[in-house]
Amino acid sequence: MESVGSIILYFIVALSMIVFSVMAVTTRKILRAATYLLFTLFGTAVVYFMLDYEFLGAVQIAVYAGGIVVLFVFAILLTSRPGDNTERLTSKSRMLGGVAAVITLIVACYSLVSRCALAFAQKPEMETPDMQQIGATLMGTGAGQYLLPFEAVSVLLLACIIGGVVVARKR
Amino acid sequence: MEITAVYYLIPALIMFCCGVYGFITRKNMIAMLISLELMLNAVDINFVVFNRFLYPEQMEGMFFTLFAIAIAAAETALAIAIIINIFRAAKNIDVRSLNEMKF
Repeated sequence: MESVGSIILYFIVALSMIVFSVMAVTTRKILRAATYLLFTLFGTAVVYFMLDYEFLGAVQIAVYAGGIVVLFVFAILLTSRPGDNTERLTSKSRMLGGVAAVITLIVACYSLVSRCALAFAQKPEMETPDMQQIGATLMGTGAGQYLLPFEAVSVLLLACIIGGVVVARKR
Repeated sequence: MEITAVYYLIPALIMFCCGVYGFITRKNMIAMLISLELMLNAVDINFVVFNRFLYPEQMEGMFFTLFAIAIAAAETALAIAIIINIFRAAKNIDVRSLNEMKF
């Protein structure tokens, strides 16, 4: 049984995530789309906190909300004048997008309903993974530990830095 | 009232469908990238929810989400570098009008 406060918090977060993600893909001002994306990412971080993954919530805020959205805002300001509206959608492309979204919704709902027992699983007790445990898992080489992907991500980030400089430099 | 797994899966599903809709209807490349981020984010929520509700003693879903966030950051940075480069060459970033590979 959850406390009343956490239920209220859940409904606020779920509703704002839904509303802001709908607005992020329908608004005609691109800078506003980035702002609504930021709110959605904050809602996701709150979901991580509610599920007791505090480290993950902190990473979500620091990397997504702090890094990626700032990158988006800079790119938008570099490539378009603020206040520009995107052109109105044709009904054909809107219908195409709506059909694709509804098909996705139906397929996902079907798989959700066909595994009803899993979907209504109760939240089991869990201790929040502490930093020592997370660090040992990231740096270990045993079963269920992630040293190799960790190093692969470091190489990927290096390649990304070099690639970014090479692609965006002035010729 | 008990908040079960499906209460977290439904908002994530709606977020994913918004991402699909936006990715198809948007013409601006940065707006398409924003829709892509929405989809990635919805999948991250699913990983975490299944980890928390079905296998709480393991941490696979959490670490998969961590790596997914790192890779999404790298991918966004590189995509924005490419978009700015295209803007410099073609003076716009509308996917409908970009039909040449070389300028």
